[in-house]
Amino acid sequence: MTDSKYFTTTKKGEIFELKAELNSDKKEKKKEAVKKVIASMTVGKDVSALFPDVVNCMQTDNLELKKLVYLYLMNYAKSQPDMAIMAVNTFVKDCEDLNPLIRALAVRTMGCIRVDKITEYLCEPLRKCLKDEDPYVRKTAAVCVAKLHDINAQLVEDQGFLDTLKDLISDSNPMVVANAVAALSEIAESHPNSNLLDLNPQTINKLLTALNECTEWGQIFILDCLASYLPRDDRESQSICERVTPRLSHANSAVVLSAVKVLMKFMEMLPKDLDYYGTLLKKLAPPLVTLLSAEPELQYVALRNINLIVQKRPEILKHEMKVFFVKYNDPIYVKLEKLDIMIRLASQANIAQVLAELKEYATEVDVDFVRKAVRAIGRCAIKVEQSAERCVSTLLDLIQTKVNYVVQEAIVVIKDIFRKYPNKYESVIATLCENLDSLDEPEARAAMIWIVGEYAERIDNADELLESFLEGFHDESTQVQLQLLTAIVKLFLKKPTETQELVQQVLSLATQDSDNPDLRDRGYIYWRLLSTDPVAAKEVVLAEKPLISEETDLIEPTLLEELICHIGTLASVYHKPPSAFVEGSRGVQHKRLPPRAGSGESTESPDVGQSGPSEAPPAVIPSQGDLLGDLLNLDLAPPTATVPSVQPSMQMGAMDLLGGGLDSLLGGDIGGSPSMGAGLGAAPAAMPASLGSAPAVGGGLGDLFDLGGGVGMPTGSYVAPKTVWLLAMKAKGLEISGTFARRGGIIQMDLSLTNKAMSVMTDFAIQFNRNSFGLAPAGPLQVLTPLSPNQTIDVSLPLSTSGPVMKMEPLNNLQVAVKNNIDVFYFSCQYPLSLLFVEDGKMDRQVFLATWKDIPNDNEAQFQIKDIHLNSDVASNKLQGSNIFTIAKRTVEGQDMLYQSVKLTNGIWVLAEMRIQTGNPNYTLSIKCRAPEVCPFVYQCYELVLKN
Amino acid sequence: MIHSLFLVNASGDIFLEKHWKSVVSRSVCDYFFEALERATEPENVPPVIPTPHHYLINVLRHRIYFVAVIQSEVPPLFVIEFLHRVVDTFQDYFGVCTEAAIKDNVVVVYELLEEMLDNGFPLATESNILKELIKPPTILRTVVNTITGSTNVGEQLPTGQLSVVPWRRTGVKYTNNEAYFDVIEEIDAIIDKSGSTITAEIQGVIDACVKLTGMPDLTLSFMNPRLLDDVSFHPCVRFKRWEAERILSFIPPDGNFRLLSYHVSSQNLVAIPVYVKHNISFREGSSQGRFELTLGPKQTMGKAVESVLVSSQLPRGVLNANLNPSQGTYTFDPVTKLLSWDVGKINPQKLPSLKGSMSLQAGASKPDENPTINIQFKIQQLAISGLKVNRLDMYGEKYKPFKGIKYMTKAGKFQVRT
Repeated sequence: MTDSKYFTTTKKGEIFELKAELNSDKKEKKKEAVKKVIASMTVGKDVSALFPDVVNCMQTDNLELKKLVYLYLMNYAKSQPDMAIMAVNTFVKDCEDLNPLIRALAVRTMGCIRVDKITEYLCEPLRKCLKDEDPYVRKTAAVCVAKLHDINAQLVEDQGFLDTLKDLISDSNPMVVANAVAALSEIAESHPNSNLLDLNPQTINKLLTALNECTEWGQIFILDCLASYLPRDDRESQSICERVTPRLSHANSAVVLSAVKVLMKFMEMLPKDLDYYGTLLKKLAPPLVTLLSAEPELQYVALRNINLIVQKRPEILKHEMKVFFVKYNDPIYVKLEKLDIMIRLASQANIAQVLAELKEYATEVDVDFVRKAVRAIGRCAIKVEQSAERCVSTLLDLIQTKVNYVVQEAIVVIKDIFRKYPNKYESVIATLCENLDSLDEPEARAAMIWIVGEYAERIDNADELLESFLEGFHDESTQVQLQLLTAIVKLFLKKPTETQELVQQVLSLATQDSDNPDLRDRGYIYWRLLSTDPVAAKEVVLAEKPLISEETDLIEPTLLEELICHIGTLASVYHKPPSAFVEGSRGVQHKRLPPRAGSGESTESPDVGQSGPSEAPPAVIPSQGDLLGDLLNLDLAPPTATVPSVQPSMQMGAMDLLGGGLDSLLGGDIGGSPSMGAGLGAAPAAMPASLGSAPAVGGGLGDLFDLGGGVGMPTGSYVAPKTVWLLAMKAKGLEISGTFARRGGIIQMDLSLTNKAMSVMTDFAIQFNRNSFGLAPAGPLQVLTPLSPNQTIDVSLPLSTSGPVMKMEPLNNLQVAVKNNIDVFYFSCQYPLSLLFVEDGKMDRQVFLATWKDIPNDNEAQFQIKDIHLNSDVASNKLQGSNIFTIAKRTVEGQDMLYQSVKLTNGIWVLAEMRIQTGNPNYTLSIKCRAPEVCPFVYQCYELVLKN
Repeated sequence: MIHSLFLVNASGDIFLEKHWKSVVSRSVCDYFFEALERATEPENVPPVIPTPHHYLINVLRHRIYFVAVIQSEVPPLFVIEFLHRVVDTFQDYFGVCTEAAIKDNVVVVYELLEEMLDNGFPLATESNILKELIKPPTILRTVVNTITGSTNVGEQLPTGQLSVVPWRRTGVKYTNNEAYFDVIEEIDAIIDKSGSTITAEIQGVIDACVKLTGMPDLTLSFMNPRLLDDVSFHPCVRFKRWEAERILSFIPPDGNFRLLSYHVSSQNLVAIPVYVKHNISFREGSSQGRFELTLGPKQTMGKAVESVLVSSQLPRGVLNANLNPSQGTYTFDPVTKLLSWDVGKINPQKLPSLKGSMSLQAGASKPDENPTINIQFKIQQLAISGLKVNRLDMYGEKYKPFKGIKYMTKAGKFQVRT
């Protein structure tokens, strides 16, 4: 007799039959029927129709039947809220049962029923259960508070449950403490700034005591909670570390990793010369190594975290290289992670071993893995200088195998090695050239072409080699084409006499026969450069390139510190800050490592390698989808000193951009019309300022630089007049003008659609390209009636900020597509950042102070706001209208200092200090933000708000 | 915390779902199926899969994917460990953890899952406590329940739930009091072409089966505790005592449990119990390859190497293998190219060998990859690390228990490169 019998159905209709059985007089039959219902539910069948019949079975003293009914209720109460009320009485009664198991079960189930009406009745029983004499009931009730908070946060606060929960941290039973901590942590996640987990040395002591006695899961909650505590001094830090260390020997890997997190964080505070510091370092290695002998999925998470730990403190695992050696039957995701860590641990001491391993991997079956292994050899060469020669000879060995993908991958990394150690290994070029014909992947071809171009003077038949590539120029991918163009120009500059024809050929191919704007631009630039001033061309094209740095893939130190504080979490698996991706975490606080006591240095993280501007590797081509950004971000990166000499060609390139490709793309004309001002906003960011004087584009650019004049920016109640975004002549008669506004917390795009064509327009629809803040239409474009000729219609489109996000250049650029029955039209416009200032952007004073200190000074930007004749109060009121909140005001020596905060829709806080000197119409504004790129845009908003 | 759990079988059907918070539509699993489709092998599905609103964390056990859905920041290891616990519990309850067993016991499964997690927080995961709350199905109990109408849900609060020793229930009684400990070591090694060890480490466990009346307090000491510098204990072990005296002191759970697991790292010298002589070669331009393999014992402290099984993934270009084993049997699967040779016991006087030729596809070039040889074996009565139990004592109870200790060494991931 098994439960599978519950799955059999009869022809008569299952529900009907179950109904009859549920209403049977026989207890046994009832129970069987409920079991059948549950079985159907587990496989996703809808049995909600039986709700009243199942609820009728609830009044029973049979515990199993009761549990089953509860199970059912939890699943379906939401869809039948009125019926669920029927169950309330039984719940309330069960909460007073003599058996603690039943009391706990009742309060637990009630919390799972996510129906508002029921939660009201839950409060009283819950209050009793939180103070129940039986710890089993108390610990269940603690979790129930978290459930209730999820359903109705206000209710929980009003009823004072949070305080009761805080009291439970001091409970005598460790299990209750653990659950209270877990519940509070979960609640705190939705209240980032609340002081729910008010940790002080006393509570910490209680937590540490409970830590030893509670279940493994409780230990995880407590350890995670401990990790957010900031010890007062190094002694407290050490004593916590001492009490946490035994957790490293726990069988549950999650406990181990949480303990590692606490230790990694608190270790930061210990003086390095302390004996205990060294002991602790030694203790950390074995548990991490042990994690690697667990199941592959555990290994994966462990490896991702070890990757962080190795970057922060390489000394911990420096002797453990061997445990990261790959077994041939490891899953691919484990193999790749191990490989990455091997490279990070590679040093002069172990490089021989590592290389031997990598060479072994290069003969494995899995192509992806083989490629990564070959790349790894290249990375080792760049990282460990002493071994570079060995790495190169290993790569040459691999090239000899003639395995196609190995050869290609090897050539790609050898190119990088050349860039790191120029003029050292060029003897291998001959070997590389032998393999020219077998290269079929764009990246490898591009790398090879780069090598030929770079060392053209040493390769006798460089012109022949490059010419052979030129034959199929149009079939090559963009990166190969770009590379070929550059390489031939280099060749020409090195051997001008023999290659004139070749260079002309490639320039004409690039500029005349190509559809690719990047390629055309680069072609034009070279052409101009070569024809105006060959000497300058030589300086630019053959300029000495900065060396590539050792490790370009290191995580940025501040992010690394934050991730170290989040060891063991999803953030640590994805190596992204928690705020960046987890939906549930509304505004997570940024965690930082505590500063070390005694010594001045606060971090010891390695410097991030800077990969200098590089002309050659094709990877430099911007990958943003922003067309404008691409066009203007000329992929020519000479050292700044040579900028003046580039000017002529830049002008030329820019003129061509504006004259040729753009107007058709943007539908605007160059005459300096406001619409272009909006469209071309990328220019100031991407172009050298000297360009502004170019006569041909002067008009347009004049507008560009005076953003305030060209594109009016709305503020608070002030909404800029509409400007024309899409000209009728470019859009088959449809003219669109518009502006943005934020009204009562709702973002709106006000559009005027004018039909200047001869026929009726219908079927309007609108769509946005991905943009920096995820702006997206919150509803369809409501144009209900057809737009007849010469009619104008005004539409207000509500926007949400939940759309897909992609960084735009400039940040506030928005690319829009509007469709009607005739065609689809594209335009781009810029929105004022104040659109995104939310109403609850007023920061707590204390938090403000702490945050201001916390943001590194590099992120501070200073601006001057000129000609404002307002006193500080009026200014502050005006700004408040646009959700720029003044938190504090200080007057020092006739200077008013206003401290202000702004919060963006995506949770970014912007802090500002505005200095106003009486009698001086110029304000000084200092803006600090973790994302410094928003500062100029915030400044624009200030200016607009204050000037209008 | 953990939102929902979906069980997916090998053919990609969801056959069970459980939600601890609000119901998450099963369409969320589409992201998992996408990943499944992309993976070349069932094992290669990434353990953490992001979706726009949720994260899916999965483990593959017994050809079933356990897919947990989480919505907020939850430690992934916490979820994975919990899933492991679910698998262990099913296995414990139903003997096997298969789709059929789960479907046969779907109501018990549901009751268990409900008891293990409350609102995503783990509630009772110790098998002791669970078994008191929900009795495991046995044929006898099923029959009794059907006749008497009694239930398989415990009416009382489990005793161990809140005591300081949550892993042991009170009132345990046995007529034969016995305590057995198995020291099992698995040796993971990578041996290179020339026979030298690249890396070797030992994963050891001490599994116990303790059936003792009352509340016994045991101590276990070792001859050479210094070997154990990297250990993970069952929560019952008193850590302080271990730190100070290197003695394991504990009140054992009732029944089977893992007392400790340890790791002897690659920095220690690890004895390698077998060696392999091999010659697998292909000649350029010929459609034949040579295959020769000889096994021999090495550093086994005189114990016999048994249950030896050699397997190797031959290059894709190999069509067939024509081999001749000196003992045991071999198979070659021409589809998966998997060669496996069941050797049995190694006789040091007459070393087992497997010799012969492989045929390649006509005209195909010499294969690029070198096959790796995977070896499994067992050695009874030997812990290869040299770990030895000194004595086992019992306090707190009057009777004299029967004690037993067994040693065994097995191959874990023992790989020889060619």
